[in-house]
Amino acid sequence: MKYNELERLFLERRISRRQFLAGAAALGATTLAAGVIGKPAFAAPKKGGRLRVAIGHGSTTDSLDPATYENDHIISTNFTFNNHLGEVIETGEIGPELAENWETDDAKTWVINVRKGVEFHNGKEVTADDVIASFNHHRGETKSPARSLLEQVDSIEKDGKYRVVFKLNAANADFMYVASDYHIAIQPDTGDGTIDATAGIGAGPYVIEHWEPGERAFLKRHPNYWKSDRAHFDEVEILSIIDASARTNALITDEVDLIDRVDLKTVNLLKQRPNAKVEEVVGFRHYTFPMRTDTAPFDDNNIRMALKLSLDREQVLNSVLRGHGRIGNDNPISPSNRFHADLEQRTYDPEKAKWHLKKAGAEGLKVDLSAADAAFPGAVDAAVLYKEHAARAGITINVVREPDDGYWSDVWMNKPWCACYWSGRATADWMFTTAYAADADWNDTFWKHDRFNKLLKEARAELDQEKRAEMYAEMQSIVRDDGGVVVPMFANYVFATSKSVRHDGTLAGNWNLDGMKFAERWWFA
Amino acid sequence: MAQIAKMVAQRLALGLLTLFVVSLIIFLAVELLPGDFTQAVLGQSATPETVAAFRKELGLDQPAYLRYFHWLGDIVQLDLGRSFANQRPITELLGPRIYNTLFLAAYAAVIAVPIALTFGILAALYRNSIFDRSINVAALTAISSPEFLAAYILILIFAVELGWLPAIARVNPDTTFFERLYILLLPAVTLTLVTMAHMMRMTRAAIINLMASPYIEMARLKGLRRGRIILRHALPNALAPIINVIAINLAYLIVGVVVVEVVFTYPGLGELLVDSVSKRDMPVVQISCLVFAVTYIALNLLADILSILSNPRLRHPR
Repeated sequence: MKYNELERLFLERRISRRQFLAGAAALGATTLAAGVIGKPAFAAPKKGGRLRVAIGHGSTTDSLDPATYENDHIISTNFTFNNHLGEVIETGEIGPELAENWETDDAKTWVINVRKGVEFHNGKEVTADDVIASFNHHRGETKSPARSLLEQVDSIEKDGKYRVVFKLNAANADFMYVASDYHIAIQPDTGDGTIDATAGIGAGPYVIEHWEPGERAFLKRHPNYWKSDRAHFDEVEILSIIDASARTNALITDEVDLIDRVDLKTVNLLKQRPNAKVEEVVGFRHYTFPMRTDTAPFDDNNIRMALKLSLDREQVLNSVLRGHGRIGNDNPISPSNRFHADLEQRTYDPEKAKWHLKKAGAEGLKVDLSAADAAFPGAVDAAVLYKEHAARAGITINVVREPDDGYWSDVWMNKPWCACYWSGRATADWMFTTAYAADADWNDTFWKHDRFNKLLKEARAELDQEKRAEMYAEMQSIVRDDGGVVVPMFANYVFATSKSVRHDGTLAGNWNLDGMKFAERWWFA
Repeated sequence: MAQIAKMVAQRLALGLLTLFVVSLIIFLAVELLPGDFTQAVLGQSATPETVAAFRKELGLDQPAYLRYFHWLGDIVQLDLGRSFANQRPITELLGPRIYNTLFLAAYAAVIAVPIALTFGILAALYRNSIFDRSINVAALTAISSPEFLAAYILILIFAVELGWLPAIARVNPDTTFFERLYILLLPAVTLTLVTMAHMMRMTRAAIINLMASPYIEMARLKGLRRGRIILRHALPNALAPIINVIAINLAYLIVGVVVVEVVFTYPGLGELLVDSVSKRDMPVVQISCLVFAVTYIALNLLADILSILSNPRLRHPR
């Protein structure tokens, strides 16, 4: 193996830092490797400075209410001023945060021990009451997207000042992931079992000083933050800069230190700037073309297979994402997921597609594919490429360009075949339950597979990780070979920082920007 | 004077009527947009239950005409309501942004109007000279290129390469007046470039038009200098069309600058309106549109009054 290959694997988080260093040592390239990992990884982080961040999301309609979090500006602000029960760490596993630890015997009853001595920004101590009030904010009559997640919770009860008992209506080995969903920020109980949702008081690393929706969040370090080895900046300023060129300009003119969503068209030019550093992580975000398996002709698996075989994923990846991603394998479980199964990669094979068409008696197939850039940037281009590729298999794809406006209400889950994106979920179970289970609200392929749904329930209750991995592997292969979804690619998170920004070299892939926890995990050189 | 007061009163009444019609049109237009606030906010996460719960919370389950009259009633009592999206009072949301937009518009106007008038007069004075032609070509080139292009070119030169001015126009309540002038120089120059040509050419055309009139010929025969003829004899009579063009451009500086706001990430009204439309945050859309309508009506009213004052024949009708 060449060093470059090794470096790529490491940067894409295919191998751990230890494996990378061992490999580099074997190749006699330890000096190079130290440069990649960054020396400060071995030095203690430095305190101080104001981190200025430009996020390519944000709207004047945003709110601090955790039940409304939906774009990256407010989500990054959320992780900067709030703590949650657990946090997803760089291996994709869940680690403790405000929950010091948790116990369960049957994955149905979960006992959570709240960390003692943690202070909210208003000076109040975090207790079981606050946890319960924060969860109840997302239950019952609410518009919170976390509501459906918490439908599995039958009851939440207090057992002493620092213990909370969750009773679920069915076993879920991944419950701690659900309970750490980014919406469920732990905020202080106002005394009547509710939280003051728009007050902006959390227990996170920074305190909100100023907040203007769609414009700017300005925060200062929480002096009594309980994680003594985190939150190195004195101040954090999170700007919303929607325009990609403006964001890039802001970085190269030193108006900001960190930008997300680097424009892939100009990323190579940005890399040449002396003060910019571009980094990328394979995350969970993926682009899909869901077919409605309850609608002709997609109700025939031979047709679905023919379409899955008539797409040249490499070319779509190279044109639409300019290579900043990984090709998909017609299932939604990302290579960053701990239960990702190494299945055989589906390739572009027009001949085999023709064979499937013949078997279905559908030679000369004509189908409509609805797309708009609302689905994902470049969706229309991807659809047009698909059309070209499928033509070689004798399939005529008619690309219907839909308006961006109202795409999610009028096209997605309505038209028989369309373009779509998923930001992905922290666990395989969560992803499958959200979009592939027979009874899921967003089962956008309207796919009902008995074996798959049986496995889904069993795997959720299984506490033996080996057995779970086997089950999830089988489910991934079922989705790949029978499901209604074409997954052309996983999109990398690509961001850029000024040269002075440091992190320890391990970036979480559950969200962009180190799981959106950059403000507490990174520091200035 | 009484006549002018009467005319102003008449115009104001007409303006109010126009506003009423505009409010109706805005409301209907927002109603006609596909999807509503609840679906737009919940996006992919819209399930029938969450949508229904949310609509009820916001009163969107009531029929449209009822909502319109409630809204109009509140406006008349100067209660602008709250944003659907974050429940903040609209006055709080709109206030700083109106100030930002007006500040930038005024800044750009202070640069653009004197330059446009001076160049227009000079172009008329030295008609068909090299100066006249080159200034025309330059102004037309500036107005023909889209404003984001002009903005990017200015950013590239003055922010990225030279590093003299900031690439983004971030202001906050702590920014002082002079910091603002510095931060906003690039956006103001961009706006100057795209509005100047119109005013300059109108000044030039109006003056040249008058230069063929008999009374100007008389002045010339009296042996007056060209400069004096233009400034004392032609310009006062050319004021009416010039004032109207300036008014239109001022209105444009207030309502049409969303592209410049996005490129410089300047928190103005345009950005607020675009965000609110895409989220179907009706109360904010309606109020923002009303603000724009008021701007247009007020500036046109002002232009009319000034034109009349500048014209003795209209001031003293027989």
